[in-house]
Amino acid sequence: MAETAIQVDSVTKLYDGRAVLDAIKLDVIHGETLVILGGSGSGKSTLLRLMIGNVIPDSGDVIAFGKGLCSMLPAELDDYRKSVGVLFQSGALYNSMSVADNVALPLREHTDLPEETIEIMVKIKLELVDLRQHADKMPAELSGGMKKRAGLARALALDPKVLFYDEPSAGLDPVTSAEIDALIINLNKQLGVTSVVVTHEMESAFRIADRMVLLDRGKFIISGTPQQMRDSKDPLVHQFINGLAEGPLTDRRRAGGYEKDLLTERT
Amino acid sequence: MNLLLRPISILGASVLNGIEFLGGIGYLLRDTAAATHVALFGKRGRRLGWRNLWAQMVRVGVRSIPIVSLVVFCIGAILALQMAPILKQYGALPQVADIISIAMFRELGPLVSAIVLTGFAGASIAAEIGTMVVSEEIQALEASAIHPVRFLIVPRVLATTLMMICLAVVGDLLGVMGGATTSRLFLGVSFLQYATHTFQSVKIQDFVTGLIKAGVFGAIISTLACFLGIRVSGGAEGVGNATTRTVVLTIVYLIIVDLVFTSVFYYLGW
Repeated sequence: MAETAIQVDSVTKLYDGRAVLDAIKLDVIHGETLVILGGSGSGKSTLLRLMIGNVIPDSGDVIAFGKGLCSMLPAELDDYRKSVGVLFQSGALYNSMSVADNVALPLREHTDLPEETIEIMVKIKLELVDLRQHADKMPAELSGGMKKRAGLARALALDPKVLFYDEPSAGLDPVTSAEIDALIINLNKQLGVTSVVVTHEMESAFRIADRMVLLDRGKFIISGTPQQMRDSKDPLVHQFINGLAEGPLTDRRRAGGYEKDLLTERT
Repeated sequence: MNLLLRPISILGASVLNGIEFLGGIGYLLRDTAAATHVALFGKRGRRLGWRNLWAQMVRVGVRSIPIVSLVVFCIGAILALQMAPILKQYGALPQVADIISIAMFRELGPLVSAIVLTGFAGASIAAEIGTMVVSEEIQALEASAIHPVRFLIVPRVLATTLMMICLAVVGDLLGVMGGATTSRLFLGVSFLQYATHTFQSVKIQDFVTGLIKAGVFGAIISTLACFLGIRVSGGAEGVGNATTRTVVLTIVYLIIVDLVFTSVFYYLGW
């Protein structure tokens, strides 16, 4: 039976009394690439932040490698965070440090390795993302795609068991986006890393996913392989994965009581 | 009804905001103290990072020496010219050195240096940390199990506190030199006369109380800057607001704390 790396157990998260995530259940299987799909405001980024321990749920828990994040001691949470890597949407590079120092920082902070060894490890990580030639550049000198690759090299610094990607293709041209997707696939195959990818870019999602889940307004809608998603008869799923202008998602937005609102204003 | 309730509601909201603000600073101070202890005495892996501390000391302290020197020198010179007519009436012109030295060592050296440092370093720390919040760098630090308080705030608070004490010494000396230069050039008081009066009038507690205040001023500047920086929301506009608030609030807090310290020292007879 496939081993569960991370289990999201009936997690609810409220912001200003509104449920951004509503009793979400999800298993991330060891070694798979799981893509979490959803439109803007669907709660997918919040779910990612819950899974890395940056946000605390109002109810439920995230069970990572057999232990709940909510019940972890600070030192245990640190150990968990050291065992996962995160690629943020903007890359989130430390702007005051060079690319090499960005990658070296987790190694300098969490290991006793001598500086020479750290330098070698940084070169290895940068070579994995094809950025070794740009090690001495500052983040401001990098293009969007290079920033994401540098962020990925930093996420890989401590050889994580799970990699989280927040919108890895957002804001990139199609070729760079395909390059990032190829990297995600390679890392998964070469290093055996479990990957959790939050995205709304369908082309990219179908390229990399072993399994997909769709969230809508904080609720779990469907889970399945890319083929099962394509074959789904659910109109909401059909509209989302095909990027259609007509369907339940847009009908809901249009049924916002506009006429009633106008008349109320007039009387 | 609304007209009656509105002022009460505004007052209540202001009080709650004030409590939240002070509580937030209290928590930050507690976390900073705990993280400083761990950073200085904890095992490797949670260390302070001397390189980081040194970089902050250079950025906050060393680079602000010229501007602090210029401002305090000018204030010393201005003070000498302002006091001269009155002292001249009493035939006590050389006493200008006594007044300037005590004013500088006890009050103006630390305070003026702190106000200059607020504009120089406080604003820059708030903008830097605020930008890091906006660009997800703080989240990235947390996700890498690197604690932002230990990694970002502790070195800045320590560096600003230490360098503020050093800057106060620079400010004291340059202020006295400003006074001495004006006295020599325009008031006919020789450097020797000026120095003799200065050494006769300044006591060790004038110097020490000034440095105690300087250390506290340094901690206030950096803590407020870090606190307002880390609470930034709303992108570039939020960063701008935090920077402005840091400068304004810090100067207000500096003056209030200065008043408290001066009153305490006065009653203690220091």
